[in-house]
Amino acid sequence: MNLTLTVNGAEHSLDVPANTLLVELLRTRLRLTGTHVGCDTSQCGACTVHLDGCAVKACTVLAAQAQGRSVTTIEGIGRPNGTRNGSPDDLHPMQAAFRDCHALQCGFCTPGMILRAMELVESGGTLDNRTVREGLEGNICRCAGYHNIVKAVLAAGDAMQEQSR
Amino acid sequence: MSTETGIGAAVKRREDLRFITGRGNYTDDLNVPGQTCGVFLRSPYARAKIGAIDATDALQVEGALAVFTGRDTATDGLGDLPCGWLVKSKDGSDMAAAPHPPLAVSQVNYVGEPYGLVVAESLAAAREAAELVAADFEELTPVVATAEAAEASPIHEGLKDNLAYDWELGDEAATDSALATAAHVTRLDLTNNRLIPNAMEPRAALATFDPASGNYELRTTSQNPHLERLVLSAFVRIAPEHKLRVVAPDVGGGFGSKIFVYAEETVVTWAAAKVGRPIKWTAERSEAFLADAHGRDHVTHAELGLDGAGRFTALKARTTANLGAYLSTFGSAVPTYLYGTLLAGQYKTPNIHVQTHGVYTNTAPVDAYRGAGRPEATFVVERIVEAAARETGRDPVELRRLNMIEPDDFPYETPVALVYDTGNYQASLDKALHLADYAGFKQRRAASETRGKRRGIGFSCYIEACGLAPSQLAIQLGAGVGLYESGEVRVNPTGSVTVFTGSHSHGQGHETTFAQVVSDKLGVPFDDVEVVHGDTGRVEFGLGTYGSRSLAVGGSALISASEKIIAKGTRIAAHMMQTEPTNVAFEEGAFISGNQRLTLQEVAFASYVPADYPPDLEPGLSEKAFYDPENFTYPAGAHIAEVEVDEATGVVQLVNFVAVDDFGHIINPMIVDGQVHGGLAQGAGQALLEHGIYDANGQLTTGSYMDYCMPRADDVPDFVVDTTVTPCTHNPLGVKGCGEAGAIGSPAAIINAVTDALGTEDIAMPATPEQVWRKLSGL
Ligand code: FES
Ligand code: FES
Repeated sequence: MNLTLTVNGAEHSLDVPANTLLVELLRTRLRLTGTHVGCDTSQCGACTVHLDGCAVKACTVLAAQAQGRSVTTIEGIGRPNGTRNGSPDDLHPMQAAFRDCHALQCGFCTPGMILRAMELVESGGTLDNRTVREGLEGNICRCAGYHNIVKAVLAAGDAMQEQSR
Repeated sequence: MSTETGIGAAVKRREDLRFITGRGNYTDDLNVPGQTCGVFLRSPYARAKIGAIDATDALQVEGALAVFTGRDTATDGLGDLPCGWLVKSKDGSDMAAAPHPPLAVSQVNYVGEPYGLVVAESLAAAREAAELVAADFEELTPVVATAEAAEASPIHEGLKDNLAYDWELGDEAATDSALATAAHVTRLDLTNNRLIPNAMEPRAALATFDPASGNYELRTTSQNPHLERLVLSAFVRIAPEHKLRVVAPDVGGGFGSKIFVYAEETVVTWAAAKVGRPIKWTAERSEAFLADAHGRDHVTHAELGLDGAGRFTALKARTTANLGAYLSTFGSAVPTYLYGTLLAGQYKTPNIHVQTHGVYTNTAPVDAYRGAGRPEATFVVERIVEAAARETGRDPVELRRLNMIEPDDFPYETPVALVYDTGNYQASLDKALHLADYAGFKQRRAASETRGKRRGIGFSCYIEACGLAPSQLAIQLGAGVGLYESGEVRVNPTGSVTVFTGSHSHGQGHETTFAQVVSDKLGVPFDDVEVVHGDTGRVEFGLGTYGSRSLAVGGSALISASEKIIAKGTRIAAHMMQTEPTNVAFEEGAFISGNQRLTLQEVAFASYVPADYPPDLEPGLSEKAFYDPENFTYPAGAHIAEVEVDEATGVVQLVNFVAVDDFGHIINPMIVDGQVHGGLAQGAGQALLEHGIYDANGQLTTGSYMDYCMPRADDVPDFVVDTTVTPCTHNPLGVKGCGEAGAIGSPAAIINAVTDALGTEDIAMPATPEQVWRKLSGL
C-alpha cells in the first residue's frame, strides 16, 4: 500500500506491505534505529514514539494507521534538524535531564522512556514522585532501578514549565 | 588532576549523548549490504527425540534461502558448546558434562532449544518458511522439578543419573559435631526462585563471511567478545582466531546473560559462510524467555548452631541447584565456587559445611545472573540469622553485631576457603541503622496498623567476592580461562590518549569511568582520553565484564599500563633534560627535574619524532599490561528493608530501603549509586515479583511480560544509598566493585521484612499477594 506520513518534520511517501508495523517502518525502512523493540507483547515501552503528539507503542500501531499523520521519534526531539550545532544545547530538556540525573545506563529503554515522560509532563497533570512512577508504568527499565529516572522526569518537568513561561 | 573529572568526581557520562539522541549502535541497529535474516527452529517439547525434518515446503517460500539442522552442523564437524569450569565431585571425579551441540541433533531437552536455522531474504519470509518446516518428534517424559531431578531417570543418554556433580566444601564432621552440641539450632528450608534475566535489549547476532580472505566477522550482544571468539575458535572450531573478529557494539544490558556463548550466534556465524551472505538474527522477547540462560533456582536446607550466648558455632547447607538441560558456559561454577565460598557471610562462624548437588532438568540452562551464587549464599545466611534471632528472642541487629568479624580481625580466613582482606561491617551497619531510623520503627509500625497494614523491617548484612582471582588458583579449581584483564594505554603523537581495555561495558559507563582513571593517573585532560572496548580486532585480549570485575581488574590493568608509560616517559624526559631518570619526578601530567619541566604531551611527541632521544630506547609511547589479581575483592554492606503488607489484599509494598555499601574507593559516585539502584530493583523483583515457572510438562508458563512480573517504576520506592570506605588492600585503585551488591543484599532484607510483618518464617520468594494473602487467611 501507499503511505504518506511525516516523520520528524520530513514528509515520506512509501510503498509498504499492509501489515507493516510502525516500528518496522521506522527501524528498517527509514533506518531510525533510536526506536527500540524490547518485547513482543506490547509491554515494555522501548518502542514509544509520538503520533500527533501522543505517546504510542510503535510495535502495536500499524504503519497504515499513521497515514497523513505526524510521527516524532527520539531522533526528532530537541532543537530541530538543520539548526543543531552538535552541542548539548541541541537537547530537549527531558534528554538533558536524563543525562544530568544519570537516568540511563545501557540506554536501551531510554528513547521510549524520554518520549513517554515528555507526554507525561506535557499532559499537564500534577507531577510528583507517585504520579511519575504511575505514569511510567508502561515502560520497563532493567538497569536503572527507576530512582534516577523519576528524578530526571521531575527535573525536566520543572525545566519545561520554565521554558513555556 | 582537576577534581571535576578525576577520581571521585561525579562526571556525566560521555556515552549518554548518543543514547539520549537515538544514536546508539546496538547490534540490531546495524545493517550490512546483502544481509539476510535468520529465524531459529525451536523445540516445542521439553524432552523429545527428533525424527525426520522436512524442509521441502519451507524452501518453496519466496525468498527462503536455506534450512539448516543439527545434522548439518554435526556433519560439518562443529564442536559442542563447552562449559568453562570443570567442577569435581567430593569423591574426586569430574562433573558429568552432557554434550551440548549448538543445534540439537537427535534429542531436544528443553522447550525453546534450537534444532534448526532458517535463512531468508527477509524476516517475514524466514518466519513463514520456519512455519512450514515439518519436524517429527517423539515425546519423552521430562524431568522438571529441581528437588526431584536427582532421583528421576537420566535425561541424557550415557549419563547414569541427572547429577552433574556432588560438590562439597568445609569440614563436615566438625560442623556436624558442633551442631550436635549447640545450645540452639535453627533449621530453615529455602527456595531461591528461578529468575529470567531480561536485559532490555534482546540477544542478537550479525555475521559476515568474506570468501576472498576467509575472514568471519560477528557482531553480537556480548559482555565478553574475546571469550566468544576463543570458544568459537578453539572449541566450536568455526575459524582460527586470526580469521574471526568478534565485535560487541553498544550492549543493552546483560546482567550475566550475555557472558555466555550461545547456540544462536555460533550457528549464524557458521551459516554465513554456507549461505555466502551476511545473516542477522535478533531474538524476540519470547525467545529470550525460553533460551537466555536463567538464574538462581536453588533448593536448600540450612542449619545454624548457636551457643548459649548467641555465638554461631556451625552452619550447614544442603543445596540442590538446577543447572538446566545443559551446562552453560559458567553454569557449573555458580552454585559451587561462587556460592559455597560465601557462606561465612560477615560472621566468625567457626564451622561451615556446604554440599551442592548440581542437577540436570529439562529446562533452559541456568548460569550467572547478577550476583551469581552470592545472592543465593546471602539469602541462606541472612535468612537463617534473622530466623535464629527471632527463635532465641534476640534483636536481629544485636545478634549480627555479636557475631561479626571485627575490623582488626583482617585478614580473616573463613572456613570456606576465602581470605577477606579488609572491611568494617559494623560501620556500614551503624550508618544504615541511622539512615533507616531503626529507633523510630516501632512508631512507624503502629502508624501502619491504624491503616490496616502490617509493617515489617528486615536486615541483610552481605558480603560478596568480586574480581574473580587469581588465575592460577582458579585454573587449579577447574576454570578453563585465566581471570586477569588486559589493558593498553597509547599516548598518541600529539598527546591525546587512546585506552584499550578487555573489559566491556553493557551499561556500566566504562567510557567515562576508565577515562577518569587514566586521565587522573597521567594528568591529561579527561576529554583527551578515549576508551576503546568490545572489539577483538582492536583490543588485544580480554575477559570482559562480569562479577563486578571491570574496575578492580580491568581498571588495575590500565593503572599498570599507565605506570609503564610514566616509566618510559621518565627515561625520555631525563634524556631530554640531560639528567638521570632518578632525578625526574612525574606530577600532574609533567616530568619535572629541578626547574625543568616537560609535559607528557611534549615527551610523547619526542617519542614519535625521536630527534633528541635515548639511543637504547624504542620510539613510541604505548604500553600494555595484563593484571592478574592476587585475591578477590570483598565488597560488603548492610541493607535494611521496610515493607507494608495490606491485610485485605496480601499486597506487599516496599516502602523504604536503605543500602550502605563498602566498595572501597569510588571513581564516579554518580555511576556507583546508579549501579546500586539497579541492583536493588532486581533484588526487589526477585523477592516480590519475579518467578520463572515451568509446568509439569516442562512448558515455561512465564514466557512473556504478561506472566513474568518485571519490576516497574511503581513497584519500588526511592532508595536511600550511601557508602563507607575501607580500600581494597591489594589492587592499585583500592576499589572493590559495585555492580552486583544491590541484587545480592536486598532479597534477604526484603523477605526478612515480610516475615517480620507476618510473624512466620514460611514465606517463599516471590512474596506474591496470593501467597501472602493465603498466609494471612491461615490457608
Ligand atoms: S516493543 Fe513495543 S512495548 Fe515492547
Ligand atoms: S537503561 Fe538499560 S534498560 Fe533502562
